[in-house]
Amino acid sequence: MSEFQDLLAAQNISKSFLGFKALDDVSFSVRAGEIHALLGENGAGKSTLIKILTGVYKADSGVIVVKGTPVTVRDTQHAQQLGIGTVYQEVNLLPNLTVAENIYIGRQPKRFGFVDTRKMQADAKALLAQYDIHIDVAAQLSSFSVAVQQLIAIARAVDMSGSVLILDEPTASLDRHEVELLFGVMRKLKARGLGIVFITHFLDQVYAVSDRITVLRNGKLVGTRDTASLPKVELVSMMLGRTLAAATEHGRRSAPASIEREITFKGVGRARSIEPFDLSIGAGEVVGVAGLLGSGRTETARLMFGIDLPDSGAVSIDGKPAKITSPREAVHFGFGLCPEDRKLDGIIGDLSVRENIALALQARKGWLKRMSTHEQTELADRFVKALDIRTTDIEKPVKLLSGGNQQKVILARWLATSPRFLILDEPTRGIDVGAHAEIIQLINRLCDEGLALLVISSEIEEIVAYSTRVRVLRDRVHVGELKGDEISTANIVRAIAAEGSSEAAE
Amino acid sequence: MSSRLLPFYATLALFLVAYAICVFQFPNMLSTRVVGNLLTDNAFLGIAAVGMTFVILSGGIDLSVGSVIGFTGVLIAVLIGWYGVHPLAAFAIALAISTAFGALMGVIIHYLDVPAFIVTLAGMFLARGMAFVITTDSIPINHEFYSTLAGLYYRMPGGGRLTLIGGLMVLVFIAGIILAHFTRFGSYVYAIGGNKTSAELMGVPVARATIGIYALSGFLSGLSGIVFSLYTSAGYSLSAVGVELDTIAAVVIGGTLLTGGVGLVAGTFIGVLIQGLIQTYIVFDGTLSSWWTKIVVGLLLFAFIALQRLLVVISTRKAAAATSHSKE
Repeated sequence: MSEFQDLLAAQNISKSFLGFKALDDVSFSVRAGEIHALLGENGAGKSTLIKILTGVYKADSGVIVVKGTPVTVRDTQHAQQLGIGTVYQEVNLLPNLTVAENIYIGRQPKRFGFVDTRKMQADAKALLAQYDIHIDVAAQLSSFSVAVQQLIAIARAVDMSGSVLILDEPTASLDRHEVELLFGVMRKLKARGLGIVFITHFLDQVYAVSDRITVLRNGKLVGTRDTASLPKVELVSMMLGRTLAAATEHGRRSAPASIEREITFKGVGRARSIEPFDLSIGAGEVVGVAGLLGSGRTETARLMFGIDLPDSGAVSIDGKPAKITSPREAVHFGFGLCPEDRKLDGIIGDLSVRENIALALQARKGWLKRMSTHEQTELADRFVKALDIRTTDIEKPVKLLSGGNQQKVILARWLATSPRFLILDEPTRGIDVGAHAEIIQLINRLCDEGLALLVISSEIEEIVAYSTRVRVLRDRVHVGELKGDEISTANIVRAIAAEGSSEAAE
Repeated sequence: MSSRLLPFYATLALFLVAYAICVFQFPNMLSTRVVGNLLTDNAFLGIAAVGMTFVILSGGIDLSVGSVIGFTGVLIAVLIGWYGVHPLAAFAIALAISTAFGALMGVIIHYLDVPAFIVTLAGMFLARGMAFVITTDSIPINHEFYSTLAGLYYRMPGGGRLTLIGGLMVLVFIAGIILAHFTRFGSYVYAIGGNKTSAELMGVPVARATIGIYALSGFLSGLSGIVFSLYTSAGYSLSAVGVELDTIAAVVIGGTLLTGGVGLVAGTFIGVLIQGLIQTYIVFDGTLSSWWTKIVVGLLLFAFIALQRLLVVISTRKAAAATSHSKE
């Protein structure tokens, strides 16, 4: 190993935010001439680590070593001087400037005190030619596609820094052809001796291009391995923190014998969001949706609920075709959605428990028919009791409740509209263990009462615990469905890793 | 690029057509006399508008312009009239104070991260208040050198007079164009207006540039104040009220996007001339109330903001189409 020189190494980095440990004793290194994939689910600490490497944050403890010398990265400019260049997911260039200005801003060549535009454009042209990009560098950046902008950003970062390149989800908005173009550039840079840190959610891309893989989970280092010797199943287990051996339990329930009141989605899909999928769900069913971050889980929910409009496909309810073009219509059909980020999309923190619960029902009734405070109180009291929402007072602002109780308030809000189909996106994220179990119980109870539920979760054991069927998503495609006895942690992990056929034989 | 510059071309075409109509109706308007007066009468507005162009290009706003003009005028009048300071020294003092004032607002805007609107609104009250503190009277300026300056002009062919202040405005516009398009500072202004966060990440010295932008606006407001006092030969604390709004109007009519990042200094020049042209027309007509200037400017503003909005919508559509087709 010692013949490889670490271009950049972070040793034993820890970082806390308000007592929350975002990074806990994490070490990470990039060698010259390698592409190192940095993986982890949401909240694993990837972006915190990158921000520490690029001087945006200061580590609480630990050392950053650049080419053998310990350094303190003062800010982003200093990181660039140290040779660390970063290209963020959202291309951080200036669309209103020309391509050449974007590449050279802040260091434009000067002649007699003025910017030498001609030389700058010639330089830009020559620089981009190295990447086989032949475009009009005097044109505005915004006139080019995202992929070209991405490559321009990379060209700029490499030109400025030139030893380590950090690519934060560069492929998120690119199509397949563009991704190939990008990989070509990455391999070329690797051959030139650059160290590249590659952050992505697409496992296929990790295997296509990376040499080593580092996995973070909950702010801790899970491990660094050579890509060639790491099977996909093991990688998924590292990311999700599940060992295959430990998981043998089966689905608790099977689908009800006769499925009535069915809601069917046929060929529903949206370009750049999720490939067309078929799904039907009936009363008394819980369909679990499993997949890694960015696999299209939330996108599926958004399409179903009419937040995003599908490009293709049709929906039918009880055999009759239905058109859902907005969440409002979805609510009208008896749908409900508890979104992933409840702080952002779900609760209204300053309103009271009562008001939050009454919101959806009021919206459905129409604003003209106001619910009296008395009605609202009755409603809120009923659900506070039914769902065991722990609050001292239904007039308390929701933001003062714990995460689990906030989640229950959102649930109550939808249940108040007596829906037939409820979509729960990560219902247990960020809530404590006790509340966790209660939410799972609640899901089971709602299912028994005849509700159709679609539950998205990163917690595979949890999905196993309540699902009658499990949908598995990978890279924005619905790749499979597990039923009855097939539902187990091991099978789900295998399906996510897409090695079901080869590994199932073990 | 061309679609972004459309508002500028639209303004230019509008000016030419309007001027042609004026000339058709009043053939006398096609003379260097009218041109000379147009430049002289709008010199203070034009100079301040150059500063405003930089501020708006960077995505900010400067509401203190009119007050600083008024304050500078009073300060100069008092320095020359009461204390016998030489006009050149008075100019230097006035420019130093107005530049420092602008720079200070830039510092507050950047480091305290307060919206420019609020900071410059405070600046507006402060500068106006200081003018009143000095004196509430109108102070005439009687100084030999001063009168010489005010009387300086270059006789253009056809008998028009290009006065010192009219010429100064043209020079300021030329300097502004060079600063905007041929210096690093100019590219920083556009960069900050395009996206401040990106600009910072890309290594643009945002702090220095922001302070520079407001200092420049302060300096040009001060210069505009000097020009205004030469124009009126007096300093009065109530003068130039609301001029900042006229400059904003000139900048927007000149094709600069109010949200920043897109626009030309040359466009502002046309914007100023259009306002001047309307006033000239009213003078020639003789029956119209001068308030028609405001009405026409108001209508033009609406039209140009609508046009810009339309262009933004079209260009985002185009960008979306370009992405989905994704070919260099």
